[in-house]
Amino acid sequence: MAKTAESVKTSYQGQIHLLQKEMMGNYFNQLTRCAEQGEGKAAYMLISGNPVELMLAFDLIPVYPEINALQLAVKKVALPFILKAEEIGYSMDNCAYVKADVGMFLGDRKTPFATIPLPSLILCNYVGCNVYLQWFEHLAEYSDGTLYNLDIPFMRDPSGKPSPEDVTYVVRQLEEIIELCEKITGKKLDYAKLQRIVALSGETGELWSKIKSLTKHVPSPFDAYFDSVTMMAPLYCLRGTEDGLRFFEAAYKEMEEKARLGMGPLPEERFRFVIEGPPPWPYLRAFRDLFAKWGAVAVASTYSTVGGLWEFGFKHDSNRPLESIASHMLEWNLTNRNFLQRYDQIRRYVEEWSADALVIHSVKSCRLFSAGQGDMREYFTKELGIPTLLVESDIEDPRYFSEAQMKNRIDAFFESLEHKKIVREASAVGGKT
Amino acid sequence: MSMDEMVTRYREILEESPLEQAAKWKANHPGSKVIGCYPVYTPVEIIHAAGMLPVGIIGGGNRLEIAHADSRFQSFVCSIVKSTLELGLTGKLQFLDGIVFHSICDPARNLGSVFKRNFPQLLVEYIHFPQNMASPHTVNYLAAEYQKLKTSYEQLAGRPITDENLRKSIHLYNEQRKLMRELYRIRRKTPQNLSTLETYILTRIGTFIPPEEHIAGLKQALAAAGQRDERPKDRIKVVLEGSFCEQPPLELIEGLEAAGCYILDDDFLLGWRFFEQDIPSEGDPIRNLASAYINQSVYSGVKHDTRERKSKHLIDKVKETGASAVVILAAKFCEPALFDYALYRRALEKEGIPHLYLEFEEKMWIFDKAKTEVETFVESMLFD
Repeated sequence: MAKTAESVKTSYQGQIHLLQKEMMGNYFNQLTRCAEQGEGKAAYMLISGNPVELMLAFDLIPVYPEINALQLAVKKVALPFILKAEEIGYSMDNCAYVKADVGMFLGDRKTPFATIPLPSLILCNYVGCNVYLQWFEHLAEYSDGTLYNLDIPFMRDPSGKPSPEDVTYVVRQLEEIIELCEKITGKKLDYAKLQRIVALSGETGELWSKIKSLTKHVPSPFDAYFDSVTMMAPLYCLRGTEDGLRFFEAAYKEMEEKARLGMGPLPEERFRFVIEGPPPWPYLRAFRDLFAKWGAVAVASTYSTVGGLWEFGFKHDSNRPLESIASHMLEWNLTNRNFLQRYDQIRRYVEEWSADALVIHSVKSCRLFSAGQGDMREYFTKELGIPTLLVESDIEDPRYFSEAQMKNRIDAFFESLEHKKIVREASAVGGKT
Repeated sequence: MSMDEMVTRYREILEESPLEQAAKWKANHPGSKVIGCYPVYTPVEIIHAAGMLPVGIIGGGNRLEIAHADSRFQSFVCSIVKSTLELGLTGKLQFLDGIVFHSICDPARNLGSVFKRNFPQLLVEYIHFPQNMASPHTVNYLAAEYQKLKTSYEQLAGRPITDENLRKSIHLYNEQRKLMRELYRIRRKTPQNLSTLETYILTRIGTFIPPEEHIAGLKQALAAAGQRDERPKDRIKVVLEGSFCEQPPLELIEGLEAAGCYILDDDFLLGWRFFEQDIPSEGDPIRNLASAYINQSVYSGVKHDTRERKSKHLIDKVKETGASAVVILAAKFCEPALFDYALYRRALEKEGIPHLYLEFEEKMWIFDKAKTEVETFVESMLFD
């Protein structure tokens, strides 16, 4: 009979958590100074594959509405903003990231973590997500920022690669953005500075990729979903800076040591799973604990690749800064890849990271992620025979998380996995005698 | 044939199975090929110039039971995505040789991949329509995209697509679109002589028959409409917006009118009426098609043109048609339409233009609630 799972309360104990808090605090203070004291100019962008390197070369302050929305959810203050947006015409069925952000944006833009500055540049890096286009179109309507739609052709070719025309098109647009930034800041592009920033991104990405391959160890030194999100904030907000690089040097050292010592995030690693989909930010801890009690550790996650897929071989190249930024945006991130490329990515994770199962967290807000995940489940269970669990909630809207229902589904899934494991082990022993 | 007879006949076809018409056409033309076009817009000229028939695959209507597709796409995904997959899973798209999806929204894009996996015999194409309409480099990009599509269809058709053939197809579809504009013009001027339902049926029929046949039908319809001289009823005049992708059931369109509206303009089947002027047929035809998309196509929830605000287009349309109100008719779970509503509502309130917001699903059967809402809205306008 399956062992009854004990409830486990998880918390990450390492140093990088503190370092992350400090660095993100500094980042948010910079936003507040920009908003309240007019220090610098803000450029709004989206997370999935972005040209932050160009923004930093002009000393523009990158602001990410997605990060702000998720912070609102984590701090459990998103709902009033969501409701405010719904009052002025946004639908129950619209992405709640957008609604939380719009609700906040139309007020005094004060949040528990920062005061969000108004945008000088609204740079919509359209990398996969169609809601991005709507979101920034709306922010442009509500502010005086200059809107530029940076159009990134989707990965639609069977080769999974961009065409030469795609690359040229993106590079030409990046050149237009340089001109636009020159106008906004009154500065000329310092090419050497851009190269230095791109080199920093390159090194940061490489370290991140090395960190991610550490979870191939048994036991995995960290949880590639719940602990990865700690590292994703600096990856996105600080990529291309000395601080960002310093963070990843520290993170690699810490994780590498854990792997060497055979340490993991839980007392015992009993199951290794791959997880697909963004996390339920308003209930992150509760969600984590539902897996932790089963000794289940995520060894790979698709969500940690939304902003870049460095682990499959990409590195920013300072010798070709614009082309390499274009390549990152076109090809080397999850969101601009087609749904079947995601199936391949997950299959690779299951195989190369030796996972027992796949968990799909289907969120209503983000249809880029979720639309069609039933077909994905069909593929993994029927074609590949990989045990797959699909659970539903949301990334932002707390009204869609039902803990009791979630718990039942997850418990039933791991009970059945455990049962299979026992049967398999018994038959292996039986086979020997 | 009178207008009534035409519309009745077409309506029967639409309510039975429009796809069977296309399948029949294929059976009667051995060796020919049919390409399905998912909404909103497809450059059908490229398909036609290869000697193939472009056919609108515009959902399953309200007579298709969804029994398989709802385990692949979640409850919060719109009807048309699921019904299109259901059509495939139940073998109703077997007459297709290919299907083309576009970057209109996230579920439709993922549907393209799901089609690829589930129907390997089908040539699944995907067009990434550009969203940077302001850059001078965008035409080059889209021309290259169309060039790839052309090469792919040349292989499928087993014959080259010559510039001459492309020009002929552009010319033909120009004529078709011009006649449809004429239909809309008559309705706008004298809505008592041509109903929205009639316009809709006459347009929709053209999404699955050869354009030559449709053109002949449209000419007949226009002549018949010209014969009518009805007395205007006591109705309010509105512009309808939000149905550019999934299509409402015929009964709902009929119900909106019966509840007391003259709908002077709408965005039904928008991609089939995508240009307000003809696409030039001289010069490089592929480039002309690309340039037309960027510079001549109408606004919609799936195009984000930073050069001019969407809400301005809607306000302009209300003013130009002389409508006194707007009906937003958005497909349930259609994120582009739902997002647009927030912008439209703000602009409409600023301009003091009354509006009614309604949601529909193509699979809906009961229209009482929608009818009551429209009636209440109309009364509030008429007796205010």
